[in-house]
Amino acid sequence: MEERTTHMWKYILKRLGLAVVTVFIIITLTFFSMNAIPGGPFEKEKAPDPAVRAVLEERFHLNKPVGVQFLYYIADLFQGDFGISLKTGRDIMQTLTESFAVSARLGGVAALSALVVGLVLGSIAALRRNGVFDRVIIFFTTLFVSVPSFVLATILLLTFCLKLNWFQVWSATGQQNYFLPILALALYPMSYITRLTKSSMLDVLGQDYIRTARSKGVAESKVIYKHALRNALIPVITYMGPMVAYILTGSLVVETVFTIGGLGSKFVTGITNRDYPMIMATTIFLAVLMVIATLISDLIYKLVDPKISFD
Amino acid sequence: MNEIDQIPKKHLLSLQLDVSKFEPASAEEKEQHSQMREPSTFFKDGMKKLFKNPLAVGSLIVLLLMIITIVFAPMIVPYGYEEMITVGGVRDKTAKNMPPMQFSELEQQAIANGEEIFPHIFGTDALCRDYFIRVVYGARVSLSVGLFASLIVLMIGLVYGSVSGYVGGRTDLVMMRIVDIIYSLPDLLMVILLSVVLDPLLKDAIAHTSLEKIGTNMISLFIVFGLLYWVSMARLVRGQILSIKKNEYVLAARALGAKPVRIVKKHVLPNCISVIFISTALQIPNAIFTESFLSFIGLGVQAPMPSLGSLANAARQGLESYPYKLVFPAVAICLIVLAFNLLGDGLRDAFDPKLRK
Repeated sequence: MEERTTHMWKYILKRLGLAVVTVFIIITLTFFSMNAIPGGPFEKEKAPDPAVRAVLEERFHLNKPVGVQFLYYIADLFQGDFGISLKTGRDIMQTLTESFAVSARLGGVAALSALVVGLVLGSIAALRRNGVFDRVIIFFTTLFVSVPSFVLATILLLTFCLKLNWFQVWSATGQQNYFLPILALALYPMSYITRLTKSSMLDVLGQDYIRTARSKGVAESKVIYKHALRNALIPVITYMGPMVAYILTGSLVVETVFTIGGLGSKFVTGITNRDYPMIMATTIFLAVLMVIATLISDLIYKLVDPKISFD
Repeated sequence: MNEIDQIPKKHLLSLQLDVSKFEPASAEEKEQHSQMREPSTFFKDGMKKLFKNPLAVGSLIVLLLMIITIVFAPMIVPYGYEEMITVGGVRDKTAKNMPPMQFSELEQQAIANGEEIFPHIFGTDALCRDYFIRVVYGARVSLSVGLFASLIVLMIGLVYGSVSGYVGGRTDLVMMRIVDIIYSLPDLLMVILLSVVLDPLLKDAIAHTSLEKIGTNMISLFIVFGLLYWVSMARLVRGQILSIKKNEYVLAARALGAKPVRIVKKHVLPNCISVIFISTALQIPNAIFTESFLSFIGLGVQAPMPSLGSLANAARQGLESYPYKLVFPAVAICLIVLAFNLLGDGLRDAFDPKLRK
């Protein structure tokens, strides 16, 4: 037991180290690749006066070598300063936090509903194997994992907003109905979790300890909740990291399609406008979120499953 | 007398068989025995299983039909993906945003004059271009991106994984740390980032070359796949090689003095080819997904060249009036990805049931 604990701490430290290295690499990659783009911020059509330009370059350290600029950038990052947007001139950190609040609500609900619905449907499909319900679920989940999020979002928008008029088109001031965007984000992870739960549940139900529990006369509901479902959850935990990544990148298109002013649509607008500081900031922000999500899901996975060694 | 009768007499306590109780098999019986089972190879076995899977066969048929369409349709349909419809040498400005199977006013006049005009199966787009041919070219682009990207991933992953797995030791450790780090990068974000950056960088480099036509975004897409997506393939290959390396026949080959390259090529790789093949097949829909995603957010193929993602993106303008413009490319993407997914599942079940989770 003691040995396991030290192994566990070693593992956690190792993963933390890897995460820090990853984040550093992401920042470096983002910074230097953006700096490799020819042309500076003042070489546009509205070129400022040379004197003004010198002052501005001094202010933003643009007259220093790239390496020094990089150090300044990192120092600014640690103070929560992502610079200002080339397009709007607004402070990026402020834009990020504002729009992330919208995205987090959207993504959070999507992730939670994907998890809950996926687990329930997957368990039912496994318990009623080869029944009508199982077949229907498997049919739809196979279909939904093949539909890209942007196709799904546009088709939902077309069918339910424009043709059937069940929901109003999203607008910042008017009615804010989150149902369709959440559906567009959640269907893929939900289908994936359903399939994952089904196969891992079937795997667990075939194990000896389930037979033992049943032969001891444990009530069927208890066998399922306490023994089967708990163990079947373990593979689902590993999917949490990829799911967060999927939802964050999915929000790029879903928010654009539904014109929601979240982080995703800000990112896409940044790309369209070639607003490099904005692209840099959003990339780093989203990447760090994804790295953290993967780290947490991997750690939980290792902690929950006693069979796994910390090598 | 037969020679078997000359075997010495059986000892009382011996377990030796009583040969006289046996009789030689007749020619007919021998024949029957040899016909019991035809010799079968691993590949034949797998294919047999694959063709018993209705879903896999169905998706194979769908994919074949699509490939036939995208190869032959441009030869039959008399329109180009970037040209306006012309009637009698005149640009037809009335052929704008037409619904499927309709003719414009100019075309109707021409038909009335006895001319034959090829129908616009999917209608036309806002720039008076035949939409069917655009979707066909879009599918061409998407499919070839998927195939080439998977091949790039396969080649890099195969070489890297083989070297790492076969050489082992410190080399393996260093190579796998690099893989770990690349693996932990959020791939789609890095793809977006690199596409944004490579676009202006490549523009000058490829100007006036034959590469100009396929556009910077497409090339950067391949570069990105080559840089990032090979890692899981490398891991897979390495794992396979590590487990196969332990077999006696590899030891025997090494004892006979075979060179490492030969051992990997002749003994190790053929034994893990099915696993590698399947994950390459599963990589294709992944690449198509990525390409269409990038095209959708405006980082995909260059403007006149269509891709299924950019067509779907363009269809968002005027979605209410011309919904079919979204439906055709969307259905095409979903069909391609679904068919590849089902085929991949079928291949996995047929060739390597152990892979199934």
